[in-house]
Amino acid sequence: MPTTTELGYNSKIEGDVVVTRVDAAINWCRKQSLWPMPMGLACCAIELMAAGASKFDISRFGSEVMRFSPRQSDVMIVAGTVTYKMALAVRRIYDQMPEPKWVIAMGACASTGGMYRSYAVLQGVDQIIPVDVYVAGCPPRPEALLDALIKLQNKIQKEPVLAA
Amino acid sequence: MATAQTIEFHDPASRVAAGAKSLMPEIVPASAPSTGGDDGELHGEKMILNMGPSHPSTHGVLRIILELDGEIITKATPDVGYLHRGDEKIAENMTYTQFIPYTDRLDYLAPLANNVAYALAVEKLMGIDQQLPPRCQYIRVICCEMARVSAHLLGLGAFAMDIGALTVFLHTFTEREKIYSLIERLTGARFTTSYTRIGGLSRDLPPGWADALRKFCDEVEVNFAESETLLTRNRIFVDRTRNVGIISRADAIDYGLTGPNLRGSGVDYDVRKAHPYLVYGELDFEVPVGSVGDSYDRYLVRMGEMRQSVRLIRQCLDQLPGGDDNDAMEPINVPDGKVVLPAKDKVMTSMEELIHQFMLVTQGVNAPPGEIYFGAENPKGELGFYINSRGGGTPYRLKIRAPSFCNLSILPHVLPGHMMSDAVSILGSIDFVMGECDR
Amino acid sequence: MAAAELANQLQAKFSDVLSGPAEFRGEVTLKLADPERIAEVCEFAKKSLSYDMLLDITSIDNYGEDPRWTLVYELYGTGHGCHLRLKTEVSEEKSELPTVTGVWRGADWHEREIYDMMGVRFRGHPDLRRILMWDGYPYFPLRKDFPLAGKPTDLPDVAFTKSAPQEGGPFVTVAGGKDSMAREPRVRVPEN
Repeated sequence: MPTTTELGYNSKIEGDVVVTRVDAAINWCRKQSLWPMPMGLACCAIELMAAGASKFDISRFGSEVMRFSPRQSDVMIVAGTVTYKMALAVRRIYDQMPEPKWVIAMGACASTGGMYRSYAVLQGVDQIIPVDVYVAGCPPRPEALLDALIKLQNKIQKEPVLAA
Repeated sequence: MATAQTIEFHDPASRVAAGAKSLMPEIVPASAPSTGGDDGELHGEKMILNMGPSHPSTHGVLRIILELDGEIITKATPDVGYLHRGDEKIAENMTYTQFIPYTDRLDYLAPLANNVAYALAVEKLMGIDQQLPPRCQYIRVICCEMARVSAHLLGLGAFAMDIGALTVFLHTFTEREKIYSLIERLTGARFTTSYTRIGGLSRDLPPGWADALRKFCDEVEVNFAESETLLTRNRIFVDRTRNVGIISRADAIDYGLTGPNLRGSGVDYDVRKAHPYLVYGELDFEVPVGSVGDSYDRYLVRMGEMRQSVRLIRQCLDQLPGGDDNDAMEPINVPDGKVVLPAKDKVMTSMEELIHQFMLVTQGVNAPPGEIYFGAENPKGELGFYINSRGGGTPYRLKIRAPSFCNLSILPHVLPGHMMSDAVSILGSIDFVMGECDR
Repeated sequence: MAAAELANQLQAKFSDVLSGPAEFRGEVTLKLADPERIAEVCEFAKKSLSYDMLLDITSIDNYGEDPRWTLVYELYGTGHGCHLRLKTEVSEEKSELPTVTGVWRGADWHEREIYDMMGVRFRGHPDLRRILMWDGYPYFPLRKDFPLAGKPTDLPDVAFTKSAPQEGGPFVTVAGGKDSMAREPRVRVPEN
């Protein structure tokens, strides 16, 4: 028995009319147009920019609009080392994002503090905001970031939106 | 070409004064508002605007607190430290070789140049910098110059993107992807390379790499020509950068600026020419120097430097000892077992090499007590390492003289008097990297 | 060597407080016995010997020795292309010396960083506050008795810190260990 969130559409049988659950439709719309809020802090930001440039085009996945306004974005990609000085600013920007929102922690520094075990570095951005996908690498290749985006899309597809 | 187009440039402050006069003739003050600072008469309240630390100019986490009088900046206070990771304290707790990955992440746009500068600094401390084999020196020069092209491409791309020319960013990133592929073949990582070691390099050139680099040099020069057609004589770009952010010669030296920012202001100081290191003394290149010290000059200096870098790369490839594939087996490391890890087959079979390997990995190279300062010409300026050693494998104090830290200290002096939108142009032209500034 | 000559000239002018010049790896270092006169010496170096660029100011914590702080000034002259290093020592009870921002304006941020990291104050500095850490952070991180992992603090609405997990480390050799036995990597605890 398929879950409530699978699309279940077969064009030969149904033609141009799609009959599915509301959850599946809403999730499909959400996942295919994830607008990122790039929290580009350090070296991972350069790989984020490379993922947005021509060779590894992130706009193929719907994430073309990399505008720096938290009010208009869905997913925050924390790319780079989060220091204690920057931590509360990241938290404030996360709070400004409207629901539904997700977070990708890109790179070793954002996931766990990376190789900077020092007095000034927050050991992982998940100490202040909830993270959905962690990407390993220092810095992760743009393909790894795109893989993380696809994983996030699969996660979003399975989220129950209207069901309790 | 029939006639050359004359480009008129307008001083931004006089433009504002003329605009104010035409719009609100009764409020125009006696003194021009471009002097900045308080002249005793308040023309309404000043607004405090917070720019950053997260802002779209993709220059990293810099926060500037601007005091604005309408559109004119009267005071600017930069707030740095949002990427301070404690590199210098970390350096006191690891051996010299273990610190190499941290040097990658200083100026993360040109990691190879940082690696080379750090390796040269430690080799100067050890006293073995004159014993580096020539092949190693040429390869290091090639790495530095590739890093320079890569860093300037991104600097110019981001600068143009902030001004509004988005196409240039995509063009330069395509060329940078080619550099990344080359660097990946050489070192194993796209950037954050950790390629040099104390006393040499980690590995030699892979087969076919030199030809690929020659081909890249031809392609990137086409790209330079394209970017120049888009920017250099572009009316909008020139209007936004001409006479904006003028740094005088005396100011530049007083604030400790180095690199293209210093040369844009007319000071002919390039570490590669003043105190040649590696084989720069034998290579043939020019150093572009500006005259006015505005953003346009700094842009032109960077374009010129990229062309000279390609020239240097070509020369090095032609003069490389051992040729492209090193059939003659020229060494790339200093022949000293106490500094460079010995070959693995010897380590497994012979006692002396086993002991050297053990000592080097656990205790690090045994540096003599003393202190040195070594500055190298990085794309952003002079990256200096001051190492104070009391003997042993860890430094007692390692200070990183970051060019971007000194370049940014001039902001409270340069920004006042300009308009809000000129601030973006000035920041882009100073071309700093926060990873380096905050360490 | 031009650098050694200029250093000799500087030393001759201030022979009561300057000693040296010492040479190591081709670099010239002068030692200043009285830190209170640093601004005077730097002024002369800039005006008369044209050391017009201040490259760097570094602070070193000689934990366990007195005087505790060593300050190192790297000077450079763009005209003659010579480097010079000036070293001076400040005791812990005093922890203060005059600023050189009157000589080179670029010293401003360097001195703020030294105050932030080491806690050495500069008399006459126009705006001496923290630059890399935030205002209100209670410790001076680069001191040898401050652990690499950091100490927990909390300044509500500004920043908080926690201690980074070191997994028993850092395991490091001792800088200046006399022989290879002393230099075996061991757990380093902050010197206190």
